[in-house]
Amino acid sequence: MLTMPVPDESAIRRRAGIAAALRRIVPGEGVIEAPVEMRAFETDGLTAYRQMPLVVVLPETVAQVSAILRYAYENAIKVVPRGAGTSLSGGALPLADGILLGMARFNRVLEIDYANRCAVVQPGVTNLAITRAVEHKGFYYAPDPSSQIACTIGGNVAENSGGVHCLKYGLTANNVLGIEMVLVTGEVIRLGGKHLDSEGYDLLGVMTGSEGLLGVVTEVTVRILQKPETARAVLVGFPTSEDAGRCVADVISAGIIPGGMEMMDRPAIHAAEDFVHAGYPLDVEALLIVELDGPQAEVDHLIGRVSGIARANNSSTLRISTSEEERMLFWAGRKAAFPAVGRISPDYLCMDGTIPRKRLPEVLQGMAELSRIHRLRVANVFHAGDGNLHPLILFDANDADELDRAEKFGADILRLCVKVGGVLTGEHGVGIEKRDLMPEMFSEQDLAQQMRVKCAFDDKGLLNPGKVFPTLHRCAELGRMHVKGGALPFPEIPRF
Amino acid sequence: MSAVLKPATEAELRGMIAAAQAPLEIIGSGARRHIGHPVQAAAVLDMSGFTGVIAYEPEELILDVHAGTRLSEIESMLGRRGQQLAFEPPDFSRLLGAAQSGSIGGLVASNLSGPRRIKAGAVRDHILGVHGVTGAGNVFKAGARVVKNVTGYDMPKLLTGSWGTLAALTSVILKVLPAPETEETVALSGLDDAQAVEAMSLAMQSACEVSAAACIPGEAVYLRLEGIAPSVAYRRDRLGKALRRPIEVMAAKSSAAKWQAIRDGAMFAENPGHPLWRVSVAPSDAPGMIRMLKDKLDIRYLLDWAGGLVWLEVPPSHDASAALVRSAFTAGHATLIRAPETTRAAIDVFQPQAPALAALTGRVKDAFDPRRILNPGRMYRGL
Repeated sequence: MLTMPVPDESAIRRRAGIAAALRRIVPGEGVIEAPVEMRAFETDGLTAYRQMPLVVVLPETVAQVSAILRYAYENAIKVVPRGAGTSLSGGALPLADGILLGMARFNRVLEIDYANRCAVVQPGVTNLAITRAVEHKGFYYAPDPSSQIACTIGGNVAENSGGVHCLKYGLTANNVLGIEMVLVTGEVIRLGGKHLDSEGYDLLGVMTGSEGLLGVVTEVTVRILQKPETARAVLVGFPTSEDAGRCVADVISAGIIPGGMEMMDRPAIHAAEDFVHAGYPLDVEALLIVELDGPQAEVDHLIGRVSGIARANNSSTLRISTSEEERMLFWAGRKAAFPAVGRISPDYLCMDGTIPRKRLPEVLQGMAELSRIHRLRVANVFHAGDGNLHPLILFDANDADELDRAEKFGADILRLCVKVGGVLTGEHGVGIEKRDLMPEMFSEQDLAQQMRVKCAFDDKGLLNPGKVFPTLHRCAELGRMHVKGGALPFPEIPRF
Repeated sequence: MSAVLKPATEAELRGMIAAAQAPLEIIGSGARRHIGHPVQAAAVLDMSGFTGVIAYEPEELILDVHAGTRLSEIESMLGRRGQQLAFEPPDFSRLLGAAQSGSIGGLVASNLSGPRRIKAGAVRDHILGVHGVTGAGNVFKAGARVVKNVTGYDMPKLLTGSWGTLAALTSVILKVLPAPETEETVALSGLDDAQAVEAMSLAMQSACEVSAAACIPGEAVYLRLEGIAPSVAYRRDRLGKALRRPIEVMAAKSSAAKWQAIRDGAMFAENPGHPLWRVSVAPSDAPGMIRMLKDKLDIRYLLDWAGGLVWLEVPPSHDASAALVRSAFTAGHATLIRAPETTRAAIDVFQPQAPALAALTGRVKDAFDPRRILNPGRMYRGL
C-alpha cells in the first residue's frame, strides 16, 4: 500500500475552528463536517484508497473560492480540490488534515459562442453536458474520457483527460482555450480566453494536467467542433498481436489518422463478448476497431484502404459497419470492457501506460510473464493509435495479499512501459497511484525542476500534497540547489 | 561585439551557463533574433552546435531532434516520408531580413504557428518533450517519445514560447503528422471585413474541415481544404453551398503559393521600416478592432485564423502606436513582430500582463533562471 504524508495533528485539533471559519465564507449547507455526510467524499475512482477529509467545503462563487484559499494559505492548511471524484489515480483522495474543496456547485454553462466556436462553462459542468448543450446545432466537445457522463470539465483540465478520439482530436490540453483560476493566495488570474495562444509563458499548458497541485480552476473556455458528417468502423481480428500491431503502424504510415483505433487482447475480447454479445470473433489473439470519421466521400474511400491494409497484415476476420447500429455494436464491447472485466473478477486495477507502438508485442509478452509471476490475470485494452495501454489486473480486494500482488504487478507493468521508452501515464494522471514510480522515469534533477514550478504556484506546498511527487521538499530547499548568495548578480549590466 | 560561446555538448553548455556571471543571449540561427526586446548580454550563447536528428519514426509519429537543426532540413526530411509539422511553421526570413527560416529550437522557443493553427493547433500542441539546461545550470528533461503522456507537469509546453528565458534547449521531441495528399482553396471576393469574418466563421462552423481561413482586404477571403482528392472535391461542393456566395476554386499549386505568402506575412516584407504587429483576438472582435484603428491610423492588415490573427502594419513611429493598438481590443494580445531596435527597447513588445499574472510569471522565471542569466528582458522587463 502507498503511504500518505503524516497528517498535521495541529490542523486536526483545529478542525472545529477551521469549519467555523469556512462557514463564515460559505454560509448555509456549503460546509460539511459530519462524518456520515463526508463519507461520500472519502475516495475517488481509485477505490482501494479511502480517507476521510478534515472538512468539506462546497463554494458557489469565485469570491468564495478565493476567500477559502486565502484563509487556507494564511493558516497553512492543506487543500484538496475535487470535481466529480472520478480520478482513477487517486488525484482527489482526501487528506486527514486537509480541506476538501468540492467544485460541484459550479455547474452552469455560461456562454455558447458558435461564431467563435467555443463555450464558456463553470468547472463543475460534466464533460458530456458540454456536448449536450451544443449538439442541437451539430457541435460537440471532442475529448471523451470513458467517465464523460460523470467527470467534470474542471477535473478534465486538472488531469488533461483523453479518450478514444484523442489521436485525431487531441487531449484536453489541445481543446481548452482559456481558464480563470484562483491561486493558493486567493489571487484570481485568467489564462487564455477566446483568442489563441498566450502572450507570455504557456501557464495554461502547465495548469492542464497539473492534478490540482497548482491552483483551482473556476471557469473554462473550450473549443467546440462541428460533428463529423459520418463515421464507419472496421472490426478486424488477427491471429497474433504482432499482426495487429503492424496493421496499426501501416495505417498510420499510409497517412491515415483514424478517429479511433482500439485494440483488445484475447482475455478482453472474451470478457466483452460474454457480456454484451457484440459478435466479436473468439478465436483471435487481437481485435482491432478502426473508426474513420469525416465527410462521407472520405470515410467511404478510407474504409476501403484500411480494409486492404488489414488484409495485407494477415487479418483472420474483417467486418465493415454498414449502418450506425452496426458501428455502435462494434463499439459496445470495447466500451463495456471495464464492466465486462468487473463481471469476471471481484475487483480490477486499471493501468495506464503509454509505449512506442512498435514495442507492443514484447510488452504483451512481458505482461504475460508478469501475470505468471504475480499469479493474477490481466486483460488488455489499448488505444492503439497513440500507444496508450490499459491493462486491467484482476484481483480480489478482500484478499490483502491479492491487492498487494495486484499493485506490484501494476508497478512492474509501468516499469516495463518506461523501460521500452514509454511513460507511466497516458491519460489517468500520476495521483497517488504512480507517485512512487516517478523516479523510474525522471531523474532527481528532472523532478526537482518540476517541483520548482510547483513552488512558483504554491510556495507553502498546500495544494494537494502527497500526490504526483514521491517526496516533499520545502521550496527554500529546492531554491538552495541553485541560488548563491541571494543577490542579483552583475549589477553593472544596464537594464531597461 | 559580445563574445560568442558555442557549446558542443550538453556538459559544456551546462558548464558555460553555470559559470556565467552576466546575461547570455541564446541564438539558434538568429532568424528570430529581432523579435522581442533587445537583450543586453555579455555574450552570445550559440546553440548551432546541437544539430542532427536523434530519431525520426514516421509510423510512431515522432521526431526527436537536436535544437539547432535547421527547420528547412527537417521539413525536407519529413516531406520525403509524406509527413509534416502540422502547425505549419512560418518562415519570417524575408520579413525580418534573416538568411533562412531558422532552427527548430528557435521555432519551439517562439511558438509561432501558421494558418493551420486553427485546425491543427500551435507548436505547443505538437511538442512532446524537451532536453535542456536551465538558467540555474540544471540539466533536465521532460516528456518522452510517445504521443500521449500526462506524467508530471507539461514542462514541454511551458518551454514552448518562452523565448529562451527559462532554459537553453538542446533537443526537442515533436509530434509529426501525415501531410495531406492534396489541397484546394475556395476564394470569395467583394466582402468587407465584417462579412469576411462572418463567411470564415460559417466555413469553420461547417463540417467541411477547413484547414485555413484568411482574408486579404481588397483581394479575397481564402478557405483551404486539404486531404484526399475525393474528399476535397466533395467538401468544396458542400462549402460552396454552405456559403451561399459565388466562389472561385484555386487548384493545389496556386493554393499552396497563396498560403505560403499568408503564412510568412509576405505582403509586409515590402515595407521593412514599418512596425508590424500580430494580434490574437476572438475572431468576431477583429472587424471592430480594425474599424477603430482605421479611423486613426493608416494601416495595412491581413486576417488569418478565421479572423483570430490580425497582422497589422502601422506607420513608422517611435512607439509603433502600441497604446492605440492595444486599446483597440479588450481580450487578446498584441505582439510586435517587427520594429527597429530603439522601438523594441522602448515599448512592451509582448502584451503586458495583469499584476497577479505578471508576478506568477516572475516566479516561474525564478524556478528556472533565478539569476536572470538567459535572455533577460526579452519578453518582459526584469524577466
